[in-house]
Amino acid sequence: MSNYLGNYSLYIALIASVYLIFKSYLDANSENKYLDKNFILITSIQTIMITVSFFSLVAAFVISDFSNETVFNNSHTLKPLFYKVSGTWGNHEGSLLLWLLVLSIFLFIFLLNSRSQDTKYKLLTILFQQIIISGFLVFILLTSNPFKTLYPIPSEGLGLNPILQDPALAIHPPILYLGYVGTSIIFSASLASMISGNIGDKWARHIKKWVLVSWIFLTIGILLGSIWAYYELGWGGFWFWDPVENVSLMPWFCLTALLHTVIVLQKRNSFKEWTIILSITTFSLSMSGTFLVRSGILNSIHTFANDPSRGLFILCFLFILILMSILIFFFNQNKISNTAKENFILSKETAILVNNWFMMFFLSVVLVGTIYPIFLEVLNGSKISVGPPFYHNLLIPFLIPFLIFMSFGPSLKWIKDKLKKFNYNILIIFFVSLLISYVILTKTENSFLLSIPLIVLSIYLLLVTIKDFFVSKSSISQKISHFGFSLLITSILLNGLFSNEFNSNMKVGDERIFNEKVVKLKEVNVTDVDNYKSLKASFEVTNKNSSFVLYPEVRIYQQPLTITSEADIKTTLFSDNFLVFNILKDDGYYNIRYQYKPLMIWIWISTIFISFGGLLSVVRKNEQKY
Amino acid sequence: MSKNIKFLVSLLTLIIIFIILLKGLDVSKDYSNEKLKSQIDFSLNAKKLFSDEIINISDLFDKNSPSVVNIWASWCAPCREEHQFLMKLKDMNINIIGINYKDSPKNAKNFLSLLGNPYSEVITDNDGTKSIEFGAIGVPETFIISGKTNEIIKKYIGPLTSENLIEIEKLLKKNA
Repeated sequence: MSNYLGNYSLYIALIASVYLIFKSYLDANSENKYLDKNFILITSIQTIMITVSFFSLVAAFVISDFSNETVFNNSHTLKPLFYKVSGTWGNHEGSLLLWLLVLSIFLFIFLLNSRSQDTKYKLLTILFQQIIISGFLVFILLTSNPFKTLYPIPSEGLGLNPILQDPALAIHPPILYLGYVGTSIIFSASLASMISGNIGDKWARHIKKWVLVSWIFLTIGILLGSIWAYYELGWGGFWFWDPVENVSLMPWFCLTALLHTVIVLQKRNSFKEWTIILSITTFSLSMSGTFLVRSGILNSIHTFANDPSRGLFILCFLFILILMSILIFFFNQNKISNTAKENFILSKETAILVNNWFMMFFLSVVLVGTIYPIFLEVLNGSKISVGPPFYHNLLIPFLIPFLIFMSFGPSLKWIKDKLKKFNYNILIIFFVSLLISYVILTKTENSFLLSIPLIVLSIYLLLVTIKDFFVSKSSISQKISHFGFSLLITSILLNGLFSNEFNSNMKVGDERIFNEKVVKLKEVNVTDVDNYKSLKASFEVTNKNSSFVLYPEVRIYQQPLTITSEADIKTTLFSDNFLVFNILKDDGYYNIRYQYKPLMIWIWISTIFISFGGLLSVVRKNEQKY
Repeated sequence: MSKNIKFLVSLLTLIIIFIILLKGLDVSKDYSNEKLKSQIDFSLNAKKLFSDEIINISDLFDKNSPSVVNIWASWCAPCREEHQFLMKLKDMNINIIGINYKDSPKNAKNFLSLLGNPYSEVITDNDGTKSIEFGAIGVPETFIISGKTNEIIKKYIGPLTSENLIEIEKLLKKNA
């Protein structure tokens, strides 16, 4: 029943989409002053239909309706309810349906929110957004229909993968999608404003909310993915430069640049072309992310089920959209009224321009690292491998000028700033950060020449952003986000510098000394749990003045024979202690890996600060002082 | 640059990227023996990890029976995960050759002394070029190579699993 309901409501949504495309195209060419009432009506019907379709899939998952192929492949009657529901978007078909749902809801909210805007602009936004929606609808119906039925109906489903049962992973895709899909509205709106010629400060104020919202969701989505990788994959890292991770980072760089550019457009009515190009690029990157992940063109650790026909469809669709936007951009370029005012070297505009170039540089490095291997394979059949060393070597040195710029750029004035008399505060802060860095760096042996300026500058930036809370006139949201960013960089650098680990083979009763701590394997308890055998070890870690116990676990599943290791992590404000163990041969020894990772929790907290700043900017109405 | 030239350049770039990605979709990711007939270039020289001695890689392979080549690094987390399976292969008396990818010798030696050394020989690959000669895309990767014909029989991208282990055992028996 729910299969038919879900399937046919998608067809109705497609009809609505086709109607809206024609209607908006015709109306945009006429000189109607008001938006036809039908638009809101049809859009809400479409949104309701897609919502119905989505919830009928959720229902099929909840009641374990195995006549549905998607449910059969991805669910199991023994799964807890929470994971049954999250299983809806944990697979290819369901995740696309979620994309579509968010696409249509966002358009609906956009229509309700833009009453004061020009009619032609609204019509064109509907047109472009509906082109995207219809593309996704056709894609779902042709290549990835989530409502395919099975007969005879199987009695049990296939999906009981323990690794995927994790709360962070359950909410990670929807949050990330909200970010990706939000960029579609920015894309449609910027093309529409290009044609209708209303690009300017008023439009910037209106679109800035969408930019902020997408950026917040994207930031939190990336954070959740990283948290999942850290806690669940148990490799002890939070970022692996895996292609699947990179495709979420690329739109983030672009969106961050756009966020700053839109502010210039709002305040100074310039950087119009930057805004348009960044809007187009951000959305193209979000779509390419879908293409790269779903087509199976990448070799990644997070491999997803893939199918070349899906890849072909997304590729063609993506390039039609990009082609369309290039055509629109070049044929309407003369409509951009050139209101660019004179810019001086020392001004906030220049600082934001510099920020944009840095973001574009970081973006290009990640882009090259992600797709160059594909290009080379096609062009001459050779294969290259790109690993963390590539990204570290190319990105880290450029952090130095970036950190310097970020320390003074945000406090420059609009239009023209003067070189002030020498500022002694800055000098004091700089010496304090030198001192702190000296104390920090003497505690480690593995410091390279490069890490000295990096640590000094990141601490300097951190202190400057703290100082800005008290003296700078810029908005509180900017202060919080910038403070969060400097905290993030500092935590990552210190984490990288001071993380260490040791490996050892131990048997019950053994002690090892590591970092002035004594690690003792007290006992290993073997118990039989539902469908696996559990070996739970208890390790006592004793410090000079404190001690704690870690309980890592090894699970042995019988059918099929799988051994998984569950790490135990002790988190404090200063450091994470991470312990994982493995079974060796039957001589009573276990291999243990103990990692000390300082400031781990601050990497998560600082990212929350960054997005919280954005959130404040969305909810506060009087963000005029920036 | 005039507007038209800019337009044509971006259009052309777009078309080229499109064609390359389109071709990329056809490049198969299934490296089975039907699709991948390439042989290993046995003229390569490489440095041993433990003795710093430079040898010709053909000396490492057993001419009469298949060998396993494993590309790994101490910094690579998935390599740790698959290490237990390599140890199991070693217990079956299988000749495993390790290629240590972009690693420091000190870390690599530590890794092996703590987790066990499954390899009959480890050669170093400081700049990653040797792994490219083998057609590797990243670490870890595992190849099954026939001793008689030097052909790559099978290639595994990413960490080995217990299912792979059973498959490798069968493949080696078939090609012995």
